Amino acid sequence: MTKVTMTVNGMSVSAQTEGRTLLSAFLREGLALTGTHIGCDTSQCGACVVHVDGQAVKSCAVFAQDVAGATVTTIEGMANADGSLGVIQAAFQEHHGLQCGFCTPGMVMSTAALLAINPKPTVEEIRHGLDGNICRCTGYHNIVKAVLAASGQDATAMAAE
Amino acid sequence: MIDFEFVKPLTVADAVKALAAEGAQALSGGQTLTPTMKQRLATPSVLVSLNGIAAMRGVSVSGGTVTVGAATTHATVAREATAYPALAALAGGIGDMAVRNRGTMGGSLANNDPAACYPSAVLGSGATVVTNTRSIAADDFFQGMFTTALEEGEIITAVSFPVPLKAAYVKFNQPASRFALTGVFVAKFADGVRVAVTGASNNGVFRWSEAEAALSASFSAAAIAGLVVPSDDMIADMHGTAAYRANLVKVLTGRAVTAA
Ligand SMILES: Cc1cc2nc3c(=O)[nH]c(=O)nc-3n(C[C@H](O)[C@H](O)[C@H](O)COP(=O)(O)OP(=O)(O)OC[C@H]3O[C@@H](n4cnc5c(N)ncnc54)[C@H](O)[C@@H]3O)c2cc1C
Ligand code: FES
Ligand code: FES
Repeated sequence: MTKVTMTVNGMSVSAQTEGRTLLSAFLREGLALTGTHIGCDTSQCGACVVHVDGQAVKSCAVFAQDVAGATVTTIEGMANADGSLGVIQAAFQEHHGLQCGFCTPGMVMSTAALLAINPKPTVEEIRHGLDGNICRCTGYHNIVKAVLAASGQDATAMAAE
Repeated sequence: MIDFEFVKPLTVADAVKALAAEGAQALSGGQTLTPTMKQRLATPSVLVSLNGIAAMRGVSVSGGTVTVGAATTHATVAREATAYPALAALAGGIGDMAVRNRGTMGGSLANNDPAACYPSAVLGSGATVVTNTRSIAADDFFQGMFTTALEEGEIITAVSFPVPLKAAYVKFNQPASRFALTGVFVAKFADGVRVAVTGASNNGVFRWSEAEAALSASFSAAAIAGLVVPSDDMIADMHGTAAYRANLVKVLTGRAVTAA
């Protein structure tokens, strides 16, 4: 076992790892941060997306020891300091960007990464930016609306497709 | 997944040493290798991460050549290979954002998936694959699907691309896998045109020499209109028949020429 230390959601944390311990397992089992979901475990669905040093990655395809020392943000780090929903989370709620909610942690983390690079994305750029995140419930339309709203753009005008 | 020892050397020399161990395997972005290990199709006893080797990262330009460190992520190539816009655009279209933030050029080339994008850029540009021991011309590197000229324990350290006068990559997206159903990379150099096709042949990436000859004489989509792509060794699967892929090769080549 090797002790791995990272800064997760602003706090320095450590846990014991095996070589094969994935970042997703480090977060969920080592730190009890179960907001990061495992949908496919084969790098396809994006439910497990977290930020490593500011970049969106699929935590089910990254070994914990490979990112020792990194700064990690998970869905648990996306709420405001007072515990209320962050801007992106609130927009997903307001625009019905979720039904079962399983994909939502990954959707929110990918959205945050997208908006950091492209603060006012077009509908097409949103669809391209989120194409690594699969949702089995919503049909994506309301997710795109939520991202438009979270980026301060008018979502009401978006045509149904 | 079967457990293993994880090591993260800081130099190529130390990585080569670590890879000499029995059962050792290199890890780059892990976008292909991690799922493969979960399925136990790969069971290394030592995993040697190349992600700590600073000398293997980054994009540099010198004269008419763009050199990409093998551990450079697709996202970095998309952002920084501005001196070779067709290469940057190809990297920006690989998989999805999270895959591009981890996946690397070296990992993609070593894997040589028959539907991967980078092999077509490397072969279409006539690039040189640099390893810890030698330089390998693209024409010698790819040896059929999932097969390359790499020896056991050999590490790709960088790839050098001569920048063409004009180039473009057109990918027909397979939206479920996000790989190319078929993709064509066309590059026009002063001494001729190269056309590399991925996602079509059972033998992996290949050069379409008839199109190269026709386009070297006249660089226009019309120049290849009369050519026929044989479908004999094209991939046939649930996403497309061999004849469909053969047709795509021609259509996408025309589009790439127009886009270049
Ligand atoms: C959802 C999804 C969509 C994708 N879509 C595309 C796509 O559209 N186009 C595309 O081209 N690819 C696509 N990929 C594949 C992606 O580009 C991978 O990053 C790539 O195939 C492997 O690169 P890696 O750095 O992750 O390598 P790894 O998975 O770490 O390694 C792959 C193999 O290469 C070996 N290796 C790694 N680095 C080196 C090196 N420097 N020298 C020698 N051997 C090495 C490893 O031992 C292993 O055998 C996709 C992947 C996923 C998960
Ligand atoms: S659980 Fe990681 S991509 Fe699906
Ligand atoms: S809300 Fe159910 S999978 Fe997206």
